[in-house]
Amino acid sequence: MTIELEKQIQELKNKVDRLEAGTKDQLSMVVFSGDLDKILAALIIATGAAAYDMKVKLFFTFWATAALRDPKKSGKGKNMIEKMFGMMLPKGSRKVTLSKMHMAGMGTAMIKGIMKKHKVASLPEMFKTAGELGIQINICEMSMNLMGFKKEEMIDYPGMTVCGVATFLSDAQESKIQLFI
Amino acid sequence: MTTEELKSLKSNTIVDARGTACPGPLLAAKKGIGEIESGEIMEIYSSDEGTKNDIPKWCSKMTHEFLGIIEEDSYSRLFLKKA
Repeated sequence: MTIELEKQIQELKNKVDRLEAGTKDQLSMVVFSGDLDKILAALIIATGAAAYDMKVKLFFTFWATAALRDPKKSGKGKNMIEKMFGMMLPKGSRKVTLSKMHMAGMGTAMIKGIMKKHKVASLPEMFKTAGELGIQINICEMSMNLMGFKKEEMIDYPGMTVCGVATFLSDAQESKIQLFI
Repeated sequence: MTTEELKSLKSNTIVDARGTACPGPLLAAKKGIGEIESGEIMEIYSSDEGTKNDIPKWCSKMTHEFLGIIEEDSYSRLFLKKA
């Protein structure tokens, strides 16, 4: 009986060791939404976590990838559909809109005014801060292909990488916090 | 610490985050703490109400010692000692 218990305790100890070794002080987030409000929330949480000395990895996918476009740049060699997508989707974080109360642009313009009044940082400012804090941004390659975005039309962001779901999963697996926004 | 004790403290650095909103004061605190040595005192000015709840929580996680708050007319002064 005692031998059995000792064996079980040893097994549990090994398990705990493995779990502890596998969890870093790290936050992994899927940024899926292309809405101004949701991306702002994602960046506030991300920069806040960086203040907690956590490593932060953001995985931009689907609609969120449009927020990483640089309005001054353009991608080469696009076909008709890719060009159309490019025209219909917001060109950069200045162009993204509210998920609610957009009201043909009126609501978004109003919230931007209110944000300024309350000294809430704008999305472009938040991206700059995130870069300075060493927050990693990974862009989903498949989403880039679907939307027809090219790496060369994305913002200059330190260490930004194009990758796949495996990168997100391995980051998420070793993170204490995982979020999907 | 009492307000009197806090007032007599000599801060090694003052971080003025007045006029910024969440997460501004927190990010300012993170930047400021990197510029002082262990055992030194940092003072944060913030006009953001939430900061008064946030900074003590941040301190306990980062093991810095939160010393207290002095309320001024339009802002708060938060004191902490670097771990």
